[in-house]
Amino acid sequence: MKILTKRNAIIASIIFAFSFPLIAQNDYYLHMLTLSFIWAIAVYGINLLSGYTGYLSLAHAGFFAIGAYSLGLLTVKAGLNFWLALVCACLITCVIGLLIGLIALRTKEHFFAIYTLCVGYIIYLVIDKWEGLTEGVRGLIGIPAPGNIGPITFDTAASQYYLVLTFLLAVILVVYRIVRSLTGRTYMAIRNSEDLAQTIGISTMKNKLTAFVLSTFFAGLAGALYASFIRFIGPDIGSTSIMFDLLMYLLVGGIGTLSGPLVGTLLLVILSQNLQFLQEYRMLIFGPLLTLIIIFYPRGIAGAVFDWQSKRKDKQLPNVRAEIHIKAEEG
Amino acid sequence: MDILIQQLFNGLTIGSVYSLVALGLTLVYGILHIPNFAHGALYMLGGYITLSMMTLYGVNYWLAMFVSIIVVGLLGVLLERFVFRLLREAPPLHDKIAAIGILLFLEAFAQFVWGADFHTMTSPYGQVVNFMGLTFTLQRLLIIVSAIAVMVLLYLFLKKTYTGSTIIAMSQSREGASLVGININKVAMLTFMISGGLAAIASSLASPINLVFPGMGHLVILKAFVIIILGGMGSIPGAIVGGYILGFSESLGATYISNDYKDIIAFILLVVILTVKPTGLFAKGER
Repeated sequence: MKILTKRNAIIASIIFAFSFPLIAQNDYYLHMLTLSFIWAIAVYGINLLSGYTGYLSLAHAGFFAIGAYSLGLLTVKAGLNFWLALVCACLITCVIGLLIGLIALRTKEHFFAIYTLCVGYIIYLVIDKWEGLTEGVRGLIGIPAPGNIGPITFDTAASQYYLVLTFLLAVILVVYRIVRSLTGRTYMAIRNSEDLAQTIGISTMKNKLTAFVLSTFFAGLAGALYASFIRFIGPDIGSTSIMFDLLMYLLVGGIGTLSGPLVGTLLLVILSQNLQFLQEYRMLIFGPLLTLIIIFYPRGIAGAVFDWQSKRKDKQLPNVRAEIHIKAEEG
Repeated sequence: MDILIQQLFNGLTIGSVYSLVALGLTLVYGILHIPNFAHGALYMLGGYITLSMMTLYGVNYWLAMFVSIIVVGLLGVLLERFVFRLLREAPPLHDKIAAIGILLFLEAFAQFVWGADFHTMTSPYGQVVNFMGLTFTLQRLLIIVSAIAVMVLLYLFLKKTYTGSTIIAMSQSREGASLVGININKVAMLTFMISGGLAAIASSLASPINLVFPGMGHLVILKAFVIIILGGMGSIPGAIVGGYILGFSESLGATYISNDYKDIIAFILLVVILTVKPTGLFAKGER
């Protein structure tokens, strides 16, 4: 009936995303969009843990860096095939994530945030100081672009764009399936009250750990893609400022919503590209923005849109109110 | 042996600074349960204000420090009034994120106003003193003495004055304090003021032996978090003892283990503590 349904909007944006390289005249826009898609994958990872399970992790820039460095080291120093290295990079990140998660998830709330902040800092310091392996501040140069799959090559900006877009869509699909499944409900139950979740028989540790490892997987995947896309990585990609950037993308877009990470990342990356002249000082605007959003729109742009929609529908049909609220929860 | 004593003395100096920063952090955590990530930015701002007062207006070191305490303290009050009070009923995640937003803003602000360069602060107490085989600048001695004086004053204020005991009361129970007629909002603002003031004192004391730059608060705040977890979140004696423990382990670690990795010691310590005891050492009975 209506043209402007959610489904049509999603289909339209996917079509637009796929036709973008044909429309865009300039490789610069493609580059920017590819980069923001890579960040968005990492933000989806953080969202799964912080948004749906309720554990604010400040170590994900570290996992991003682990993914990036694993790929870089495996291809540059070990001379591994790109695709094999990509798989290994994700696995390495997951294994480290599992080990850290086992310990980190015993802590709660503030302790978890502080613990992961320190873990992130340790990862950064190790990358920075372990010159024998990571080349320290000089960084890792000459990371190869993705290798060919049969006839498909990845040497143009457009082909890399499609590659990253495919990964992003796959990530969104996976997150969507998780959130809509019983597993997703379990995560939300843990977020809303861990004690209650435990009382009704949920193995909270097992579920938290799965969420943690999955979210590090996404961060590692994003890091590996970043390394092969930029072709150069330095220890700075694991720094806290990257972590805070990712957190901001998530918060502005909407924490605990499905569309939030993508909306926030695209918006803020494009915005900060256009505000290049104040690159150094962009936090003068973004810092207060972050604080204001968390006070007035705790679920970001996506959350605000849902609230507005449900209010409008409320007026039309008071009896579907409950249903809409459930939908808004799922984002 | 000389090296050991020298390093113990250095540990005492760094430990004093850490303790002051951790005290501010633990006070705010104790009454409002906010892990104030912006505390490091307050520390950084304190250093800059003291520095500019001295270089721009030629003010005396102590007066400059006093101005800095007032300005940073008032900034703390503003943060409580316009940010954290609005979030008092919100989930704990929101406080943390709001604090991170403030941190990002203050750092960008410092970089905007003072630039990204490293500044040195010259203190009037740069003389080198030889005492029983120890060589140190007078500033280091000053740090230790002033830090201890501030801690004693703070202790007397909290324990012996009426206003001070309202802070203790509120840290014990917010509802209880409210019931006996304590104005919670006023106490919260006062605590933020003291917390900001302590950060300003710490950075004004430490800046002459370190450097002043926009990121100077990063490591300090992370270590202060380690300290208050070590000493129990919200515990005042814990923050002091924890600060000195960390100061000593760092200065000894730098000499006997590795200077490159000395900053990592604090975090390894924290990871080990939280691994063994997820709620921190000396945690109170709550979960």
